[in-house]
Amino acid sequence: MATQPQLFGQSIKRREDPRLITGKGTYVDDVKLPGTTHAAFVRSPHAHARIKSIDTTAARNSKGVVAVYTGKDLVAGGVKPLPVGWLLPDIKIPPYNVLAVDKARYMGDAVAVVIAETPYLARDAADLVEVDYEPLPAVVEGIKAAQAGAPQLHNEAPNNVSFKWSLGDKQKTDDAFKSAAKTVKQKFHNQRLIPNAIEPRATLASVNPGTGEVTAWITTQNPHVHRLLMAAFVLGMPETKLRIISPDVGGGFGSKIFVYPEECALTWATKQINRPVKWVADRREAFITDRHGRDHDTEAEIALDAKGKIVGLRVKTIANMGAYLSLFAPCVPTYLYGTLLSGCYQIPNIFVDVTGVFTNTVPVDAYRGAGRPEACYVVERMVDLAAKEIGVDPVEIRRRNFIPKEAFPYQTPVAVQYDSGNYPIALDKALETLNYSALRKEQENLRKQGRYLGIGFSTYVEACGLAPSQVAGALGAQAGLYESANVRVHPTGKVTVFTGSHSHGQGHETTFAQIAADELQVPMDDIEIVHGDTGQIPFGMGSYGSRSGPVGGTAIYLSVQKIKEKAKKIAAHLLEAKEEDVTYEGGKFFVKGSPDRSKGFGDVALMAYLAHNMPKGLEPGLEALTFFDPGNFVFPFGTHIAVVEVSKETGKTKIVRYVAVDDLGRVINPMIVDGMVQGGIVQGASQALWEEAIYDENGTLLTGSFMNYAMPHADDVPFFELGRTETPSPVNPLGIKGAGETGTIASTAAVANAVMDALSPFGIRHLDMPFTPGRVWEAIRSSGR
Amino acid sequence: MGTVSINVNGVDFTREVEPRLLFVHFLRDVLGLTGTHVGCDTSQCGACTVLVDGEATKSCTLFAVQLEGRKVTTIEGIAQAGKLHPVQQAFWDKHGLQCGFCTPGMIITTCALLDKNPKPTEEEIRHGLEGNICRCTGYHNIVKAVQEAAEKLPAARGN
Repeated sequence: MATQPQLFGQSIKRREDPRLITGKGTYVDDVKLPGTTHAAFVRSPHAHARIKSIDTTAARNSKGVVAVYTGKDLVAGGVKPLPVGWLLPDIKIPPYNVLAVDKARYMGDAVAVVIAETPYLARDAADLVEVDYEPLPAVVEGIKAAQAGAPQLHNEAPNNVSFKWSLGDKQKTDDAFKSAAKTVKQKFHNQRLIPNAIEPRATLASVNPGTGEVTAWITTQNPHVHRLLMAAFVLGMPETKLRIISPDVGGGFGSKIFVYPEECALTWATKQINRPVKWVADRREAFITDRHGRDHDTEAEIALDAKGKIVGLRVKTIANMGAYLSLFAPCVPTYLYGTLLSGCYQIPNIFVDVTGVFTNTVPVDAYRGAGRPEACYVVERMVDLAAKEIGVDPVEIRRRNFIPKEAFPYQTPVAVQYDSGNYPIALDKALETLNYSALRKEQENLRKQGRYLGIGFSTYVEACGLAPSQVAGALGAQAGLYESANVRVHPTGKVTVFTGSHSHGQGHETTFAQIAADELQVPMDDIEIVHGDTGQIPFGMGSYGSRSGPVGGTAIYLSVQKIKEKAKKIAAHLLEAKEEDVTYEGGKFFVKGSPDRSKGFGDVALMAYLAHNMPKGLEPGLEALTFFDPGNFVFPFGTHIAVVEVSKETGKTKIVRYVAVDDLGRVINPMIVDGMVQGGIVQGASQALWEEAIYDENGTLLTGSFMNYAMPHADDVPFFELGRTETPSPVNPLGIKGAGETGTIASTAAVANAVMDALSPFGIRHLDMPFTPGRVWEAIRSSGR
Repeated sequence: MGTVSINVNGVDFTREVEPRLLFVHFLRDVLGLTGTHVGCDTSQCGACTVLVDGEATKSCTLFAVQLEGRKVTTIEGIAQAGKLHPVQQAFWDKHGLQCGFCTPGMIITTCALLDKNPKPTEEEIRHGLEGNICRCTGYHNIVKAVQEAAEKLPAARGN
């Protein structure tokens, strides 16, 4: 019996592309409903201000205006504050109203919404809403917010502190430092970033006046989470009356996970005006409302013994949470950060202490990597600084401290247990690709000519496929962290896979079909992947934390096993054979040893629905639902090496080469994974070199558009040299580790270490990111060399 | 309101428009050609790029009334007789897109770039795409796609 060639592991071209390259994709703003009205939000121009009064008279009388609502209207209409989905001990959660009521707490905080016949008329009228503000002193830096005398944002959070959290054994760690041969200290500012998915956030909410059901098209990475939180917590409506559709979505990077004020306001408003209402952010609005990322101030200290083995790591971080707690914000600088501070090293003693503070800035939440890039940056920079201190090569210190292959599963002192790993093989492969020793010689020679090459390493590990639910729940998650897959075989043998996972660029329609087609032994063309619609999919947790493959993909695999099990029972009955004698290959069930007696997958599917001749007691239909709740995270790892050249004259850094060897477990589609890694590398490298959200002291975002926030362009980066090793994860039957964030997590540290290596002849030990030409030039000049 | 006549993808359209209506909104909301996207408001991202008389043009920088009598090609208009344009094909073959939102602008920009410079170097390609922002791909496969298209285009054009 001819088996179908295995699709898992093949670089199959994406099935979603034909519509996207011809302009036939359907993003939220492409959905057009008759009679649609358009919303424009009135936003605070002040970072901190008391709202004394709002006069909407002129706006209401403006041409084409259908309705105007303020925060008070929404509260009176029963709209509750936005929820927080991760709790920590003693955490302070001040209310975050959909529209600010008494105070605006960041520039961009929405205070009113105007709904009109066209987007242009809505904006005209929004300009006519008169808000009487009493500006208050603002604080924008995390460190300053926690100091005595700082402006206070919330009565509920004295000293602007939302939470204090720690992990690890403080006493043991302090003792390790006392007996250490060497200790190295460094302060870091991990700057604030703005996600900037190229499709701005959007919502179209439409009530069916007959049934009261609202359908909301939202740019979301997790439509079911949106539905649950909006219905149950914010709007007080039954989930059964709210359908959320997340069609084609133009990138997320975390920023489209969270429940935002706008979609809540619109879902409420459509029921008031009984017409569809649409809002599409413009880019300036995206800059001041999309949840920002990072923004840590950290003091780190590393302790080494006489042989250069790390014996301790102490980390103290102030995390700037912005003006309110966004949905998953509390877990980002805690459980997604502190737990990764062991990196890929055997560090017997680690203690981390984090304080989350409020400031008059856009709320901060998960942004590609979410906590893990911050951890990787601290660990990889500290290891480099330690290497310098004891005078060994950055490669050597890493080798001395790697967790050995035999030690897996490896329990770190910061709660997590690494599933599998083989760190030296990725490092060796990367060094070989780079031709490391030759490059060090070249670096030496170029320095003599006044050219400054830098080589930077990041031997990272990360955690993705966030799980299991029970553990997450014990740590504060207010959600489960499983994924669902409903596989429906139709009477003709065609298959629809309904996944709770969501693709906003990841290529699920291709990779998930590869998994299902392999297992079902049917052509990929017979399989449709459906995602992003609460009306069709039983439930789902969506896509973030590189969980689609390891969690969502596995759920599909398991549902398909259930399908095959039932189909085999039916086939055995039709073949008048014992079930254990029947085998399935190449899309056919047959009795072992006599492949001529067979039943095709389609025949069995048809019988499942005709039900004329079924095994006794077996119900008709061929459909299987799985909720896969993995037993652990998965831990991808690898070695990234950046080679940069810094110009002494201009301070400008150029990435000359970039080698990345990643171990992502088994890879479903290498082409797609390479693409995610490449994109991730640029996103992380861009933090090291260019991107930074800058507020002035009054809380005005100075980098509020693409004109002054440095996005990476095609001419800023080179081609990347990628390689892989493959250490399957034992956590899921497919051996997948997740690939969406590795590039970003690894690359910031690799580029930072490379720039510091380039600057070492100037005696520069550390600079904070981003290494803009101005900052680097100034540092070189100050060095006097 | 005033009247404007524009040829879009080979079809003449005459429509009543507000003088302040941006051309990209004319395409998307008046003609229903939603393949052209809006990714920013400062003409940096290039998602709205279309061809105006063969020149790559950011359609968010123009008012519809400025296009009187012009010939415009959008992403919906470059495939001929149901066959993908070689640039579209190259983006598909080389995995030059992920979320797809910047893609129409990237493809149109590439068409214009290769029209002017059929054999660009890597550096010329990167410079040529400088006005289009992609957040997903790191540009690696976009540049590969443009290189592939440059190789395939002459044959497709029959020369």
